[in-house]
Amino acid sequence: MITIQDITKSYGEATVVDGVFLNLPDAGVTSIIGPNGAGKSTLLSIVSRILGADAGTVAVEGLDVFRSPSKDVAKKLSILRQDQHTSARITVGELVEFGRYPHSHGRLTPECRAAVASAIDYCDLGDLTERPIHQLSGGQRQRAYVAMVLAQDTRYVLLDEPLNNLDMVHATGLMRLLRGLADTHGKSVVLVLHDINYASVYSDRIIAMRDGAVVQDGPPARVMTPEALESVYGMAFHVHELDGDRMAAYFR
Amino acid sequence: MRPPKAAARIADAPVTPGASVAQVTDQAEPARASAGRPLERRLVLVFVSLGALLTGSLALYLTWGVDGHWDFALPRRLEQVAALAIVGVAIAVSTVIFQTLTQNRILTPSIMGFDALYVLLATTLVFVLGSTVAESIDPLLMFGVNAGLMMGAATLLFKAVLGDGTRGLYTMVLVGVIAGTFFGSLTSFMFRVMDPNEFDRLMDQLFASFNAIDTELLGISAVLLGAGILVAYRMAPRLDVLTLGRERAITLGLDYDRTVTALLLAVAGLVSVSTALVGPITFLGLLVANLAYQLTRTHRHVVNLTAAGLLAIVALVLGQALLAHVLHFQGTLSSIINVVGGVYFIALLLKEARA
Repeated sequence: MITIQDITKSYGEATVVDGVFLNLPDAGVTSIIGPNGAGKSTLLSIVSRILGADAGTVAVEGLDVFRSPSKDVAKKLSILRQDQHTSARITVGELVEFGRYPHSHGRLTPECRAAVASAIDYCDLGDLTERPIHQLSGGQRQRAYVAMVLAQDTRYVLLDEPLNNLDMVHATGLMRLLRGLADTHGKSVVLVLHDINYASVYSDRIIAMRDGAVVQDGPPARVMTPEALESVYGMAFHVHELDGDRMAAYFR
Repeated sequence: MRPPKAAARIADAPVTPGASVAQVTDQAEPARASAGRPLERRLVLVFVSLGALLTGSLALYLTWGVDGHWDFALPRRLEQVAALAIVGVAIAVSTVIFQTLTQNRILTPSIMGFDALYVLLATTLVFVLGSTVAESIDPLLMFGVNAGLMMGAATLLFKAVLGDGTRGLYTMVLVGVIAGTFFGSLTSFMFRVMDPNEFDRLMDQLFASFNAIDTELLGISAVLLGAGILVAYRMAPRLDVLTLGRERAITLGLDYDRTVTALLLAVAGLVSVSTALVGPITFLGLLVANLAYQLTRTHRHVVNLTAAGLLAIVALVLGQALLAHVLHFQGTLSSIINVVGGVYFIALLLKEARA
């Protein structure tokens, strides 16, 4: 379990995350939704210790992420953020091998090679291992980074808006892959999503944030209601039942 | 390779991790080995050629125009070669590290004003104490003070701009650029109000050539260089991870602040070695680092540090031979390096612009 206690973060006058208390489960798919500027990505960055908090603590299975040795935290928790440019020539295979760094510190053991091979296979990157990552398409690159996170083999996998810039084919492919991670690998997948219908279809739990605070928290059936969604986004929604899934319509 | 295929596999047959591992290692290992061979072969080729090039240029430098005066020429030239090698490797290693830290391949540590600080210190000493007193100061002490000052400034600067980590290294580089300009202005102000004779002697001291090396400094430089190289190679796996950027490095369990501080210290130490021995050589680092990346085509620092170091020695030794025997010392080694480096820099910019 990830325990978030009283996390606060401000930039100058603006408070982005305002005293959030939250427990993230150790299994299943958890989506964090909310309007722009609600503090979703900031919260995720703080949980993954990329960003320092002004106040509060985050503990992963009792391990304080800011005070514990970084390499210990890296064996429990990984995060996939928006694509960052790197000028170095790195192939897909080498990128996935980087995922083993917390375990091997640069020297791959046979166990590491097995984990890398398994991650590459799971993300269907077998044909691409020798390709430099800057030559990949957006969808392929996203899968390569997911494979790297998979090779890191942490219980908790955090993803910050992983569907950005993906078409529906790749977006659905990635969501199925993440759902599979939770179901067959027993991982806890926590992701920030903008598409509330993907959140509805794939999540076990939806957390909705607004103005730096958690305003809704529960299974899709509870959060995917016109009233709850309106309280999050401040606009009108229609929610339809479609083949057992709850879909929100908000286009008119 | 399409996601639907991956998705189908997940939906139809939920793979157990163990089974897929066994199944994949069988298939993927031979494929990886055969595909990995071109790179290894390439690296062997690169290092064999660099070794040959190095041997050739050393032989050329040591034997060109000796005219039988071996007992006079050889010890002197060996000493020069040692100085060239120390300077070259120091510049190459510091540049490769700095470029990885800043994730930018057209920066060198000199952009942070490291060498401007050195020039300012030397100028201030002459300005305040006069050249006679300044020149009587033990060069070893000068060197120590200088290296200490640079390393202290680098650490302080990094700690000061760090904040909550969001500002990143570019803020530090920017502050360094401003500080470097400030140091430069102070220096040129002192140049202007200085006695012309003092100025001449200061110039001699600042742009020390390889023809008059301080043997006293050679020893301590070698020690400092050794320490810098040790840090660089021990931290090579961490440097590899830093290639991915700050956030990914942290995610992968790197103690970012400590690692960067240690690496910046190494850079500052190495820069003080090269500036104390020959003064600023702006383009050499840029030249050899980028040549090394192009030759090796890998991100691995063990490989790139070595290749860049070898290239730097070759460039300096060949440049010095050219200076001595073709140009008959009409010019300086830094001007040769800057001309070649400048042309390469422009070519690099044009290539980046097209890519």
